[in-house]
Amino acid sequence: MVEPLLRVEHVSKRFGGLQALDRTSFSADAGRITALIGPNGAGKTTLFSIIAGSLPPDRGRIVYDGVNIAGEPPHRLARRGIARTFQIAQPFTGLTVRENIAVGAHLPRPARADALAAAGDVAREVGRGDLIDRPAATLNVAGRKRLELARALAIAPRLLLLDEVLAGLNPSEIRGMVPVIRAIRDRGITIVMIEHVMQAVTSLAEHVFVLCEGRVIAEGPPDAIAADPHVVEAYLGRGAAGRMMATGSAHA
Amino acid sequence: MKGLVPIVGAVALLGTVPLITSSNVVLNFLVLVFLIALVGQGWNLLGGYGGQYSFGHAAFFGTGAYVTAVLQVRYGVNAWLGFGIGIVAGGVVGAAIGALSFRAGLKGSYFALVTLAFAEVLRIIASVAPITGAGVGTLITLDLRPEALQFQSRAPFYWIILGLVGVSLILIRAIEDSRFGAYLIAVRENEDAAEALGVDTTAVKLGAMTISAAITAAGGCFYAQYFLFIDASIAYGPWISVEALLAPIIGGTGTVFGPLLGALVVKTLGELGKFATGDAPGLDLVIYGCVLIAVVAVAPRGIAGMLSDLRRHFLSPKTAMPPSLRRDHG
Repeated sequence: MVEPLLRVEHVSKRFGGLQALDRTSFSADAGRITALIGPNGAGKTTLFSIIAGSLPPDRGRIVYDGVNIAGEPPHRLARRGIARTFQIAQPFTGLTVRENIAVGAHLPRPARADALAAAGDVAREVGRGDLIDRPAATLNVAGRKRLELARALAIAPRLLLLDEVLAGLNPSEIRGMVPVIRAIRDRGITIVMIEHVMQAVTSLAEHVFVLCEGRVIAEGPPDAIAADPHVVEAYLGRGAAGRMMATGSAHA
Repeated sequence: MKGLVPIVGAVALLGTVPLITSSNVVLNFLVLVFLIALVGQGWNLLGGYGGQYSFGHAAFFGTGAYVTAVLQVRYGVNAWLGFGIGIVAGGVVGAAIGALSFRAGLKGSYFALVTLAFAEVLRIIASVAPITGAGVGTLITLDLRPEALQFQSRAPFYWIILGLVGVSLILIRAIEDSRFGAYLIAVRENEDAAEALGVDTTAVKLGAMTISAAITAAGGCFYAQYFLFIDASIAYGPWISVEALLAPIIGGTGTVFGPLLGALVVKTLGELGKFATGDAPGLDLVIYGCVLIAVVAVAPRGIAGMLSDLRRHFLSPKTAMPPSLRRDHG
């Protein structure tokens, strides 16, 4: 079997009395889209922050490309080829779209002119070439999410971490975004996404991990996950799966 | 490099002034304007481009002034060499204060307060340490020879400070056009996002503070050589920290010409104020305060920002957007 690009091994994190993550493990295979789902408070954001370097884990290893990167600051991870987006988009509001993307594009390109030119290419790749010279402050939520994605892509990553990149979008905006993310995967970039929008998870992800109370309670392809009684219970409460089965068979 | 023409043009134009007039009043006035423009340009790099608001640029100004003066007076070092060492020393002090503050993660008003504290500590040390002449101050011996960086007329001083301003303008323009400059602006706009894009924000801020301090220190070196006297409250006093941030804020932070425009406006108003109030002590400061309030209210992006808004407004009224959404990308 191929060695996965990212392996999270027995990561624990405690905030005071709350065990946010309890020996959580998962892995993301190279060139695939892996989704991390779970109800509110499951520890998704904590896990994401630890992988992205903004939080150190209490225990455990984050192995990327065969190296333990746990605790490395975000800028070093970016130089290793790990890009991320923020759940709440963080544009450089004083700059244009092109200048925003150019900050990312500068990582592999020291020259200003090269970075600005590359920024134009990336903007077209995420479908917003038309907005290139607009001030970032004038973008709506959908525009900001695409900018977030474009900026991350501009650093030429191998691993892209997407933090609810579809949250806050309307259904037609989501339909517009799904092929963009798929095209990024098709270019060979490995994607790990945290997502609440199930429609997107089922149409995008090849492998899903379900997190609940800091542990992985299920994993597998999206359709198998949706039918897993543990997952249904995590979302709807204990006994819900049994009741659903019962009503399901009664109707049948 | 784009944007070089206006800089060379402006400096060349200003360079002709001593050929037109030998009036000491005019030349002295412009020398002070350029001095503040230079000191303010240092602040502008760190505060205007990097978003790190220092309230203690006196620490660098004073270090430049004292190093230049003390090396000459006590160690017989050549004035030109002392000038250069003063600039380097200012940069070193900037790097040291920056390393301490940025590694401790100080931001916003905490950073401003700590820089103010460092400047005050240096002022107090300079007012008691024997090497600085303590309370008496340091007097540079009169020696009107170019080798000693002293001149009979004001014109050479004028060209030297104008040259320094010219160099600082070109340096800032070059930084604007570089990866370092893009990273510095990204730090100002959003540090977390910059960090995630591979920007070592601590290193970028430290670099900016070092260059910023060196530019401001050059102003201090010039001050010592021009007035031939400094004491602790001149060199490390809060007045210069205020001048350093007032000029770029009024002229337009994060713009190449902001500090020069701001220094020109502030000094002109100061002189007019002194003239109008008949030298009533402190009244010119009241005028400073009023101008600052007016600028913040009418043109939050300073004079340079207002000019570019006006230009855009008249060139393309259709694409005009609310000023709050715009920035100067020149």
